[in-house]
Amino acid sequence: MTDAISSFGAVGRPVSIHTDDAAKARLKGRYRTETWFKWLGAGAVALAGLFLVLLLSTIVTQAIPALRQNYLTLPIDLSAAKVDPAKLDAVNYDAIAQEALTARFPDITSRQDKRLLRGLISTGTGVFLRKDIAADPGMLGGTVDYAVPLDDFADLYLKGLLADVGSDEAISTSVTPSKTSGDIDLTFGDDAMLALARGHGATEGENGMLTLTSGASSLLVVFNGGTVKLTALSPGPNGTAVAKGTVIEALDSTAPAASDQAFLRVIDTPEASRKISDKEIVWLDTLKSAGQIESRFNSIFFFTGASREPELAGVWGAVVGSFLTMIVTLAIAFPIGVSAAIYLEEFAPKNRLTTIIEVNINNLAAVPSIVFGLLGLAVFLNFFGMPRSAPVVGGMVLALMTLPIIIIASRASLRAVPPSIREAALGIGASKVQTVFHHVLPLAMPGIMTGTILGMAHALGETAPLLMIGMVAFIVDIPAGFTDPATILPVQIFMWADFPEAGFQQKTSAAILILLVFLVIMNAIAVILRRRFERRW
Amino acid sequence: MNIMTEAGVEQKLSSGTTAPSIKMKGEKVSVHYGEKRALFDVDLDVRENQVTALIGPSGCGKSTFLRCLNRMNDTIDTARVSGKITLDGEDVYDPKIDVVELRARVGMVFQKPNPFPKSIYENVAYGPRIHGLARSKAELDGIVESSLKKAGLFNEVKDRLLESGTGLSGGQQQRLCIARAIAVSPEVILMDEPCSALDPIATARVEELIDELRQNYTIVIVTHSMQQAARVSQRTAMFHLGYLVEEGATDKMFTNPDDKRTQDYITGRFG
Amino acid sequence: MVGYLVVLLLVLAAAAYWIGRTRAIASVNGDVARLHSLPSQHGMFLALFAAGPALLAILLWSLVTPGFESSIIADRFSSELSGMGIPQVEAFIRDARAMAFGGLVGFADPTKEAAAAVYKSVHTTSTWIIWAVALVLSASGFYWAYSRIAQAYRARHVVERVLRAFLIACSVVAILTTIGIVLSLIFESLRFFQQVPFYKFLFGTHWSPQSAFTGAGAEAGAVNQDIFGMVPLFAGTLLITFIAMLVAAPIGLMAAIYLSDYASKSVRAVAKPVLEILAGIPTVVYGFFAALTVAPYFRGIGESLGLNVASESALAAGVVMGIMIIPFVSSLSDDVINAVPQSLRDGSAGLGATKSETIRKVVLPAALPGIVSAMLLAVSRAIGETMIVVMAAGLAANLTANPLEAVTTVTVQIVTLLVGDQEFDSAKTLAAFALGLVLFCITLTLNIVALRVVQKYREQYD
Repeated sequence: MTDAISSFGAVGRPVSIHTDDAAKARLKGRYRTETWFKWLGAGAVALAGLFLVLLLSTIVTQAIPALRQNYLTLPIDLSAAKVDPAKLDAVNYDAIAQEALTARFPDITSRQDKRLLRGLISTGTGVFLRKDIAADPGMLGGTVDYAVPLDDFADLYLKGLLADVGSDEAISTSVTPSKTSGDIDLTFGDDAMLALARGHGATEGENGMLTLTSGASSLLVVFNGGTVKLTALSPGPNGTAVAKGTVIEALDSTAPAASDQAFLRVIDTPEASRKISDKEIVWLDTLKSAGQIESRFNSIFFFTGASREPELAGVWGAVVGSFLTMIVTLAIAFPIGVSAAIYLEEFAPKNRLTTIIEVNINNLAAVPSIVFGLLGLAVFLNFFGMPRSAPVVGGMVLALMTLPIIIIASRASLRAVPPSIREAALGIGASKVQTVFHHVLPLAMPGIMTGTILGMAHALGETAPLLMIGMVAFIVDIPAGFTDPATILPVQIFMWADFPEAGFQQKTSAAILILLVFLVIMNAIAVILRRRFERRW
Repeated sequence: MNIMTEAGVEQKLSSGTTAPSIKMKGEKVSVHYGEKRALFDVDLDVRENQVTALIGPSGCGKSTFLRCLNRMNDTIDTARVSGKITLDGEDVYDPKIDVVELRARVGMVFQKPNPFPKSIYENVAYGPRIHGLARSKAELDGIVESSLKKAGLFNEVKDRLLESGTGLSGGQQQRLCIARAIAVSPEVILMDEPCSALDPIATARVEELIDELRQNYTIVIVTHSMQQAARVSQRTAMFHLGYLVEEGATDKMFTNPDDKRTQDYITGRFG
Repeated sequence: MVGYLVVLLLVLAAAAYWIGRTRAIASVNGDVARLHSLPSQHGMFLALFAAGPALLAILLWSLVTPGFESSIIADRFSSELSGMGIPQVEAFIRDARAMAFGGLVGFADPTKEAAAAVYKSVHTTSTWIIWAVALVLSASGFYWAYSRIAQAYRARHVVERVLRAFLIACSVVAILTTIGIVLSLIFESLRFFQQVPFYKFLFGTHWSPQSAFTGAGAEAGAVNQDIFGMVPLFAGTLLITFIAMLVAAPIGLMAAIYLSDYASKSVRAVAKPVLEILAGIPTVVYGFFAALTVAPYFRGIGESLGLNVASESALAAGVVMGIMIIPFVSSLSDDVINAVPQSLRDGSAGLGATKSETIRKVVLPAALPGIVSAMLLAVSRAIGETMIVVMAAGLAANLTANPLEAVTTVTVQIVTLLVGDQEFDSAKTLAAFALGLVLFCITLTLNIVALRVVQKYREQYD
C-alpha cells in the first residue's frame, strides 16, 4: 500500500510532484499541445469561412458584368420604303438594323468584313425591333435612333472580359504612311518600335525582320483619323524603322504624322487566343468613342426566357417555372406534412404502425434526392402518364422530398407546446380534435411555418430529381400553367453552366445570384418568424 | 453517541500534535453569477490534514465556495470571483498560478459519481497519464493499484480492472472517482456532497474512507447532512444566504454554536 | 373541364355547409344548446358528404384515365402498332395525346392524327362520365347527410372521425412514398436483370452503356451484357466520397469542437451562420464552383508541378463535395459533442486536465459512437450527392484510384442515362434504375446503421 505512494505522495513540501521543475517542463509541453489544438479548431472554422467567401466572391464577381448589357444606338430607317405599315410581319427587321450598321462604316466593302460587322449586333435585334414597333407605331415613317443589343462577344469585349487592351500611348516620333487603305508601309522616325515589337512577341526573321503573327500581341497605330495594324517591321535607313501594316480604318491622308500625333494601341491578348478579332475591336472602339454605345441595366436577362444566344438568354422563364413548381410543392407538402405531424404527435397510438411510420420518415429524409427523381419518372410519368417537364410533376416530386422535413419540423414544434395547454382545454370539455385545432396548432404554427419555409428553400435549390422528369429540356416560352413544359432556376443554372459560349458563364453566375437572393429572403423570413414568435415555456 | 466518539478523536488529535498549519485560506471571497451575487466576503481557513465540512441550507453558497478553491468556477462563463484564496500562501487566482497545476494539487470529487466511460483501470490512470506522473507501465500499475487500495475499492474490482467504470454500483463509482482523484497525488481533495447520490451503506463506506484519507490529505467536504458533518469533520463552517455564518471546531459547532442560525439549522428548524 | 367540376363541387360544399348549419338550428327552433353537436359541425358534416366522395372520385379518375386512355389507343391501333417495339408505341401514344390536346408534334402522320381523334373522343366521353358520376355522388351524399341532421345527431363524431381518417391517410403518404420508391426501383431493376444478369451487373468491370444500342424492335433483345459492369462506377463513387470525407471529416469535426468548447460568443455568432449558409447553398452552385473554378485551378497547380491532372478530376469534385458536407458533419458532431454530460468534463477538469486533454481523452472517446454515425450519415450524403459530380466529375468509367484522373459515379450515370430523349424500355435506361436501387440500398443501410448507433448512444446518457 505504501510502495508506490511513498514516491508519489505529497510529502515533500513546498515542492510537490506538481510544482517541481519536471512538472513545470511537462506542463509547458501540455500547453503547447493545448495551443496547437485550439488553433487547429480555429483554423477549421476559418477554413470553412474562407471557402464560403471564395465561393460567394467568385460568383458575385462573375455575376456583376451580366447585370448590364451594352446597346448600340443606330439611326434606323423605318420609312415606308423599308417598312410597309400594312405588313409589319413580313418585314426583315434584322436586315434593316444591319443596313444601318454597315452604313455607319462605308469604308468596309469586302463581304467577309461586312459579315463580321453585322455580327456585332445581336441576332435578336429584329425581334426587339418588331416588338417595339408593334408597341409604338409612331416610330414608323422616318429614321429613328434605336438602341440594339450587342452580340455577346462584342458585349464581353466592352466589359473588358475578352481581351487585355492597353491605353493609347503617343508615339514620340513621326509616322509616314504610304497609302490610305489596304496593305501599306509605315515609316517611323526612329527604331523604338522594333524593340517594342520584340517585347510583344514578334517573331525574328532574316535581316532583322520582325513578323507579328496572330500569336503575338496586336500593335495598332492610330493616326490621321484611321487605324493601321502592324504585321511586320524591319530596320530602315538612318536609324528609322519600316513597318508593313493593314489598314483597318482608312486614313484621311498620306501626310506624315508628327511626333506625338500618332498613337500606339497594344492589345496584349494575342488575336489567336481571343474570340474577337482586331477589326471588331477597332470598330467597337470607334463606336464607343463616338458615344453610340451605352451600357444599360440588362432587362433582357431578367425578363425573358431561355435562348441559345447568351445576350438574349433570360431567367424569367426559369423563375416562373420555379414559382409554379414551388406552389405545387407547397400545396401538397404543407397540408399533408402538417396533418401527418398532427396525427403522429397528437393522435397516434403507440403501436407498430406508428413506429414504422416514424422510422420510415426518418429514413425518407436521408434518401438521396435523385432517387425521388427516379420515383417521379417511374410512377408519375410512366405509370400515371403525366406530362413531362411540367411544374405539376416537379412540384409533386419535390413535395414528396420535402414532406419528411416538414413533418419532422412540425412534430418538434407541436411537441414544444406544453401539455398544460392541452390539459386546460381537455379539462373544460373540449374534444381532442378541438383541443388540437383550437389551441395546440395555433401555438405551434410559427414553428411549423419556419420549418416549412426552410423545407421549401431546400426544395427551391434542388436540381437532380427534376433532371429525371425532363425539366432539363430547352424551353423558350415562359410557362403559363402547371402543365406547360417548364424549367426551373437551378436546372437553368445547370444547363447554362454546360454551354460553351463564354457569355453564359456570367449569365450562370447571375442566375445563381438570383437563386441565392431568393434563398436568403426565404431564410430571412424563417429567422424573423423564429425570433418574433419564439416562445419559451 | 456517534458525535461523542468523533469528538473524542478530535480531542486526542489536537492535544497529541501541534496545531495543524493552514493549508488554504480564503479572504473576503465573493462570487457573482452574472448580476446575481452568490457569495459575500467569506473568510475561511482550511487546515492541513483535517476534514473541513461546509454546511448550510441549499443555495447558501457552500458549493460555490468549494468550487472557488480549485477554480472550477472558471468553467462557468458568467462567474466572477473576487477576494483572495491562497494555497500554501500563494494566491490561486494569481495569473502566474496555473489552473491545471492548481487542480492537480487540489483535486475534486463531485456530487454525482461521474466515472469516464472507460475501464476502471483507465479511469484511475487518467490523471497520472495526463500529468505525466508515471515513467513506466509498471509505475502506472502501481499508482492505480495503490489508489484503488486507498479508496478501499481494490479488493472489489481487482479481477475486473478492464471492465467499464460505468458498470459499477453507485457507491463503488463514487469510490472510483475518489481513487481517480487520489491517483493524481493531490494535496487537497474537495468533495461536493459526495454521498448525496448513495445509499446508506455506501455512504458509510465513503465516510470511513474520508476519515482514513485525512492522514495524507487535506479534505474539504460540502454536505447537507448534519450527521455526516459531525461524523467526518474536525472543523465545520456554516453558510447561509451566501454569508459565512460561523466557523469552528466541529464538536463546538454541534454542541454550543455561537450563532442562533447555526443552532436553528443544526436542530432542524430550517434547511 | 374537370377543373370547373372541382370548383363547382367546392361551391356546393360551401352551400352545403350553410344549409347544414341552418337546418341544424331550425331543427331545435333556434335553441342551439339543445343540439348534440354545434351547428357549424352539422354544416361541416353536410359539406363533407356533399363534396367529399365526388372529389375522391375525381382524384381517382385523374390518376387512372391517362393509362386507361392509352390502353384504348394501343388496342384500337394494335394492327398499326404491331411491328413496333414498346418504346415506339409509347412515343406514338404520347404524340397522339399531345395532338389531341392541341400540342405540336415533330412528325405528324395520318395514323397519328386518327389516333389523336380517337383519343379526343375517348377523353371527351370519360370527362362526361366523371361529371355525371361526381354530380350523382354529390347529390346522393347530400341527400343522405341532409336527412340525418337532427337535434340528437352526433355530427361532431362523424366529422372528427373523417378528420382523423384524413390525418392517418396523410401519415401513410410517407409510407406510400417509400413503397413507391422501393417498388418502382425493384420493378424496373427486375426488367433490367432479365436482360443483363445480376452478377454481370454487380461484378462486371466494364461500363459503357452508351454503346449498348442494338437497334429497334425485335432486335432490342440483343443486349451486350458485358458493358453493364458497375464496379468502376462504384469505385469512382467511393474515391470521390473518400476525398470528400478527407476534407469534411477533420474540418467539420474540429470546427464543431472549436465552436462548442473554445469559441467566444462573438466568434460563434459569426461562425454558426457561416456554416448554415454553407449548408443552405444549393448543390448546383457547388457544382458550378467545382467545374469552373476549382477544377481549372487544380489543373493549373498540377501543370506547374508537372502532373497531368484531368480537367474533370476526382480531386476537384471530391474537394468541393467535402466543402459542401462540412456543415453537415459539424452540426451532427456538435449535437453529439454537446450530448456528452458536463459532469464528465468537470470530472476531467477537476483532475487538472487541460481543455484539449479533456476533449481528446474524455469527450471524444465518449462521443465516439455518435461521431462514427455522424460520419456514416455524411458518407451516405456524399454517395447520394448528384449535382456536384454531374457537373465536375467525368463520364468515362475509369477503374482507378488516382484522384487526379477523371472517374464517374453512380449518380452521374443515372443522370446521363435518363436525361435527354430516352426510350423507356431499353437496357440503358433500365440500368439507371438498377443503379438507383443500389444507391438506395447503400444509403438506406448507412442511415439505418447510423441512426441505430445514435439511438444507442443517446440512451447511454439520457
